[in-house]
Amino acid sequence: MHIPDGFIDGTTSAGAAVVAAGGMGAALRRAGEVLDERRVPLAGLVAAFVFAVQMLNFPVVSGTSGHLLGGALAAILVGPAVGAVCVSVVLAVQALLFADGGLSAIGLNVLNMALVTVFGGYAVFVVLRRLLPRGPSSVVVASGVAAAFSVVASAAVFTLEYAIGGTGTAAVPTVAGAMVGVHVLIGIGEGIITGLVVGAVLATRADLVWGARDLGLELEPAAHRPLPERVAS
Amino acid sequence: MRLGFGAFVVVGLAVALALAFFVSPQASSDPDGLKKVAIDQGFAETETDHALDDTPTAGYEVRGVDDGRLSTGLAGVIGVAITFAVAGGLLLVVQRRRAAGSSRPSPSGPSGLSSRSPASPASP
Repeated sequence: MHIPDGFIDGTTSAGAAVVAAGGMGAALRRAGEVLDERRVPLAGLVAAFVFAVQMLNFPVVSGTSGHLLGGALAAILVGPAVGAVCVSVVLAVQALLFADGGLSAIGLNVLNMALVTVFGGYAVFVVLRRLLPRGPSSVVVASGVAAAFSVVASAAVFTLEYAIGGTGTAAVPTVAGAMVGVHVLIGIGEGIITGLVVGAVLATRADLVWGARDLGLELEPAAHRPLPERVAS
Repeated sequence: MRLGFGAFVVVGLAVALALAFFVSPQASSDPDGLKKVAIDQGFAETETDHALDDTPTAGYEVRGVDDGRLSTGLAGVIGVAITFAVAGGLLLVVQRRRAAGSSRPSPSGPSGLSSRSPASPASP
């Protein structure tokens, strides 16, 4: 879903860059607040893993492929703020090192693939966690559904950008139908892969899954030490 | 199976590197969803050249490596390594700056890794 240079006009791209920069600034500040120094390598791993799986295009329908966007996955594993930073780094490396995703479209791509997928996907995940019974299998199901939703949301936001500043002549409803249609299929793949990966991490180090913190899996119960008695003076 | 934290990161990186090196050359080369829609809807030709198309690793191929699969695999390994370093480095800077600028303990307590909050997963 990497937008190349030229698809969307300069004004719209610049507007998206401003929104993306604002979102990234907020995400970086929040990441600094919630990230424990010892968890930094885990965040680096999530970014590196998302880069790797974004290379793995799988066939969806004849002549069309899709790959994991990984925004929902990153949000569920390391939290939305850190996750947004991770996916943005992936997009920057892709655009600067591999000429994948236009330089003028970097704001659009960060908005669509690092902010919409991360925060949209995480919002769905949180709602589903509240609706589903508590437990690891609910985390896996919620992860998969949230990831599938995040891809469709990202495709819908691309369509919005095309409607505002697309340089092509195709009618917006046609583009909307085509984008959402194919990305529902890609989203199913995203959902399955995300559920499998979250399940694998839950099976090995459940305490490292941000979205399952509340379950307290494989952790010693927090010590409830009595407060020290205040000495009466 | 429970892994130590360091082992978890090492195993995870090994998986990412293996996917990038061994699996990515087998990935589908069909256009992705957006590109296919652009072709079908006639706006693919609005794409303009990427300013970095002539750089040594553009298009996930390492210039000078003639074997296509090896070239893509090496590009994947380079990408995984650089993404890990940049994301980790950036977040380390952000985290340290925050830690230096505030003497308050982090919300997850001194250990961080053992936070066990009964709160909902909603709090980001």
